[in-house]
Amino acid sequence: MQSSGKRAVLTRRQFVAAGAVGGAAVAIGCKVNHQDGRDFLTTEQALTLGAITDQIVPADQFPSATQAGVLNYIDGQLVRHYRRHRDAYREGLERTDALSRKRFGRELAALTAAQQQEIVATLERQEPAFFNLVRNHTMEGYYGSPRHGGNRDAQSWRMLGLAEPPLRGRAQYDLRKGSAS
Amino acid sequence: MKRVNAVVVGAGAGGGIVAKQLSVAGLSVALLERGKWYTENDCRKDDLRNQRTTVLGNAFGPEDAGNPRVWVDGKGVAHTVLPSEGSYQNNAACVGGGTLSYGAMAWRYMPQDFRMRSIYGAPEGSSLEDWPISYDDLEPYYEQAEYEIGVSGDYSGTPFKGPRKRDLPMPPLPPNREFEILEPAAKRLGLHPFHIPMARNSVPYNGRGPCMRCRWCCGFGCEEDAKNGSQNTVIPIAIGTGNCELRSGCMVKEILTDDRGRATGVAYYDADGRLQTQLADFVVVSACAIESARLLLNSKSRLFPDGLGNRHDQVGRNLQGHHYTGAIGFFDFDTYDDVGPGASIAISDYSHGTPGLRGGGILANEFIRLPIHMVDRLPGDIPRWGLKHKQAMRAFYKRNIVIMGPTQQIPTAEARVTLDPTVRDKWGLPVARISGNVHPHTFDIGEVQAKRAEAWLKEAGAISTSLMAYRPDSVSAGQHQAGTCRMGNDAQGSVVDRNCKLHDVDNVFVIDSSVHVNNGGFNPALTIMAIAYFASDALVRNWKGTGFRS
Repeated sequence: MQSSGKRAVLTRRQFVAAGAVGGAAVAIGCKVNHQDGRDFLTTEQALTLGAITDQIVPADQFPSATQAGVLNYIDGQLVRHYRRHRDAYREGLERTDALSRKRFGRELAALTAAQQQEIVATLERQEPAFFNLVRNHTMEGYYGSPRHGGNRDAQSWRMLGLAEPPLRGRAQYDLRKGSAS
Repeated sequence: MKRVNAVVVGAGAGGGIVAKQLSVAGLSVALLERGKWYTENDCRKDDLRNQRTTVLGNAFGPEDAGNPRVWVDGKGVAHTVLPSEGSYQNNAACVGGGTLSYGAMAWRYMPQDFRMRSIYGAPEGSSLEDWPISYDDLEPYYEQAEYEIGVSGDYSGTPFKGPRKRDLPMPPLPPNREFEILEPAAKRLGLHPFHIPMARNSVPYNGRGPCMRCRWCCGFGCEEDAKNGSQNTVIPIAIGTGNCELRSGCMVKEILTDDRGRATGVAYYDADGRLQTQLADFVVVSACAIESARLLLNSKSRLFPDGLGNRHDQVGRNLQGHHYTGAIGFFDFDTYDDVGPGASIAISDYSHGTPGLRGGGILANEFIRLPIHMVDRLPGDIPRWGLKHKQAMRAFYKRNIVIMGPTQQIPTAEARVTLDPTVRDKWGLPVARISGNVHPHTFDIGEVQAKRAEAWLKEAGAISTSLMAYRPDSVSAGQHQAGTCRMGNDAQGSVVDRNCKLHDVDNVFVIDSSVHVNNGGFNPALTIMAIAYFASDALVRNWKGTGFRS
């Protein structure tokens, strides 16, 4: 439990810093190996992965996956609990861009939204293991607990109409009943 | 290490109660637990890291590092699996065991659950049997568990239950919105709904306050300490007697025996990894079905070359859990009120007595769904990703009810725990290898139960439903794991006698879900507790100060 508490603090710090500069390049802490404040993903990988996750949870009146910090979540877990998935991400993202170049002549991030959707749908059919990994991690980062760097400011919970922060210590008594005095 | 009367391995539902009963009776006890002792201050609400959603690991053990198991899939292929993966069939590893973080449903099995073979006959390929004890034997001990651990609820709505002498010690929590929607619908169908019995304070009890009704319950520790497990009831009492020493972080390597075939104690690795010996007059194994079997199998000696109590190759067999089925209903009005624990109403009309089915199970509404739980539970025509998925999350998150239940599982001897020949854990001990499958009649029962759940939801006004019924090609165990050291009168077809003593060894006992002959159509925690009180009574009654009366 102690070590996980330490991890959570680091993640929050990163998340606050990344939020403050709107995703621009920032270096914080001593664990950062890559530019743009990320721990694992290169800029190219982050662009491709961001495009995939934003197809999985696109923007509407509520934030998209990347707007809610899903990249931050996945990148953070790739140096923590999901270290075992590093190769799958490296290779899967490479194959995604290869597919994208073959079909449309450019990397995924440079395509139109409709083209990106087509590539992601192809991934779901042709690369189900990689697609399901990214899909599930995206859902975790979007709908899971904000303490892991995703679901920034609990935006998905607010979207679903959950009280945030939750009401704590609520008793089971209905205060509307009975006399007011 | 000072010699003790009893060493108890595992501080969960069974071991905690045994430690308390023995130490209150004046016996000295060493209670060894491989996990940590968490308090309510460690109970963070982490949607991705708890005992139910484990994508980022188990909150209450075991850790992923150094604790592998081997799972053999339906095609016979062996996989090394991590504790946070479903096929590991994890329960928990901490003081309190599963009872720290369980949903806390506290059911009594029904009288029929103890006589399954007599009532229904054993289907081909199954090892369905009667228990050597009856509901009536356990009834006083069910009551003791309900009062000492603390159970709230109200059985008065249903005639489908075993006889009982006293009501539950606490009233149920006031109904949540799902209860209010489902209760009249069940009555219109001629069913008998009632308040789920839960080991959770609804009023102040045992010096702790009532449930504050938050959203994070099943799978989480309770930050208010309103959920009742062995860690906040019997174990503190045991320690308070001065006769029980709890040692957490201690992994038992093997049960030691002398050249007359009697146990002399255990060898274990302490929290610093040092090998220690704890001598004892007798040994109680309460490590839960998979780890208890593993410990017996790992306790090999000249007299017991295949493991302790395993002369007839029975240890580890009949591994079972619960096959859960049910349905999700989607509504055109809000069903969600954010009032925990969520699970509130059940029926036991279908637990027994359906022609053609050997048993059944309760059906109950599900604990509160967190947002992450809903991403794969949307209506069947919704894509798994994209804008439509996101819109459906908004449309249905507060407009769904899940009804499901644990189907009475038909045991088979081929579903089993053995030792893996090559994979070792961080202490260098052979790990559990889990193989086999669920008897197919279980799935037949589950499919009927799922349709019954669906009918209840439709009567309650669901505009659409999805069935949750599967025929997985894998063993079932998990948090409800049971059966691996079967209780029986026949020394060749079972592992322990009716008092939970190994047939083979006079001073070794298995007291946990391992002894369940079958697992009922209910969550098993209260039955584990009742058996622990029952077996502890026999231990204390037969103890002469130096050995057991014969």
